[in-house]
Amino acid sequence: MKALRNYIDKIKPNFEKGGKYEKLQSTFDAIETFLYVPKKVTFKGSHIRDSIDMKRTMSVVLIALMPALLFGMWNVGYQHSLSIGESNGIFDNFLFGAIKVIPLIAVSYITGLGIEFIFAQYRGHEVNEGFLVSGMLIPMIVPIDIPLWMLAVATAFAVIFGKEVFGGTGMNVFNPALIARAFIFFAYPAQITGDKIWIAGLTEGKGVIDGFSGATPLGNWGQNVVDNTSFIDMFLGFMPGSIGETSKLAILIGAGILIFTGIGSWRIMISTLLGAVFMTLIFNLFAANEYMKVDPLTHIVMGGFLFGAVFMATDPVSASQTNKGKYIYGFILGIFAIMIRVFNPAYPEGMMLAILLMNTFAPLIDYYIIEANINRRLKRVKKAVN
Amino acid sequence: MSDTNQIKKREPLFSAQNIKLLKGPFNDNNPITVQVLGICSALAVTVQMKPAIVMALSVMIVTAFSNLIISIMRNGIPPSIRIIVQLVVIAALVIIVDQLLKAFVYDVSKKLSVFVGLIITNCILMGRLEAFAMANKPWQSFLDGIGNGLGYGLILVVVSFFRELLGYGKILGYQVIPDSFYQAGYVNNGMMILPPMALITVGTIIWIQRSKNRDLIEK
Repeated sequence: MKALRNYIDKIKPNFEKGGKYEKLQSTFDAIETFLYVPKKVTFKGSHIRDSIDMKRTMSVVLIALMPALLFGMWNVGYQHSLSIGESNGIFDNFLFGAIKVIPLIAVSYITGLGIEFIFAQYRGHEVNEGFLVSGMLIPMIVPIDIPLWMLAVATAFAVIFGKEVFGGTGMNVFNPALIARAFIFFAYPAQITGDKIWIAGLTEGKGVIDGFSGATPLGNWGQNVVDNTSFIDMFLGFMPGSIGETSKLAILIGAGILIFTGIGSWRIMISTLLGAVFMTLIFNLFAANEYMKVDPLTHIVMGGFLFGAVFMATDPVSASQTNKGKYIYGFILGIFAIMIRVFNPAYPEGMMLAILLMNTFAPLIDYYIIEANINRRLKRVKKAVN
Repeated sequence: MSDTNQIKKREPLFSAQNIKLLKGPFNDNNPITVQVLGICSALAVTVQMKPAIVMALSVMIVTAFSNLIISIMRNGIPPSIRIIVQLVVIAALVIIVDQLLKAFVYDVSKKLSVFVGLIITNCILMGRLEAFAMANKPWQSFLDGIGNGLGYGLILVVVSFFRELLGYGKILGYQVIPDSFYQAGYVNNGMMILPPMALITVGTIIWIQRSKNRDLIEK
């Protein structure tokens, strides 16, 4: 480790102003600060600040994503074994999944970071670290059999039009990972909807056992087919689905990490759940068709709802900033997610669209919360004066 | 506006000033990307190249001739009813164009559907009449109309080129992306056919243009 530090210090002058590779300053800076805590200190006055900077924050989110990712890898192999009627060991299943998933992650990171580095270089900014998380989220919310080039196109679109257009990390209106998914959803619908694509190798139809259906619970309900996947299977994640979203247990472990470290907002998570429960109960009251009778808990463990609520709705950039606003934001988000699911069979997973929709409204919610606060305090002042 | 300057008498037909009227809309005074006029039809008719080109030609003809006619009449129009007079001229021209399209290129005319009729409400037309034809001589007004029509057409052609190429794999109706690509797993991008991508494509053109010419960026 010491040798690496020494080496970095040795080559550093080359990248500073006037150095040989002055133009590559931001690339160098990105790598240096990724490896070591930056040495920059304040010169004037004192600032109370947390010792973790943005790169560490992002690392914590990555750690929180690990349980879901590892389970996802195993589940890819497990579902594949099920579809061809073999029973493989845990390790074999995991290996099969890992071989399938790692290229997706690699493509997402290479494309996304490549574009980020180019933009940072061109604009003379530091390289933003926001993509560390987006780059991991994107492969986790797509079906396993997605062609790699498609993932690359979607990632490029998300980084350019979801983020760089607005000025980079911290400026984006929408969650970039969801932009990537929405792009695939609208541009290549055959590759992200239906009942064939959620299990590796099913589209080619090799050696599939008779009567095997690759439909997800959510997909079935979307077609108004009663789905009988048990609650415990859906909670633990033994069902087909996007790579990272199946195991609710793993997602809850991640949620625990986020809440414990104070990085993810529990206000948003709780209020999103409440919104969903509220909407489901209303549907239960009407119970006009089978889908409306589904109970709240089943809705929550189905599909990517929980994944969205924990990792995407809480995105600190695109969500509401004020505490009260977070409650409102989450609550309406939950309502819309369930409403889109039940009302619109063309969009089986309402969570993606609900989050994107609420991202648009987050600044408006904040605006009114702040205005209301100003007015309340003005009134108090007037009272005191009188 | 700079192009409303009085132009000196007895100058050649294609003097530098007049050429500028023609060229301006291609770059720094483009009706779509700079003046942000006529966006609606630009989004609607750019799914394929053929309708886009026909639409661009129609708009160019209507802009040029309405500019010419209004410019000839400009001293006789009472200011209080000028909008109505302009509308009558535009409407008459649009109907002529519409009938011509129906007579000679029926299938394209069907694809363009209401958008030919809606040229009447295209902001580029009223914008050019009010800003230019009402204050300039017929020949300059005519050139200005041609120029703006071409500037509008340029964007339409560029946008529809990308949308048709990526959305259908075709250009002007001919398959350009070979079958072997599709067998290797290439899929047409369904989103290019939807209106949002037209907006994003126009936005990208605006983005590129403004990062090249920083004077265009609004404060």
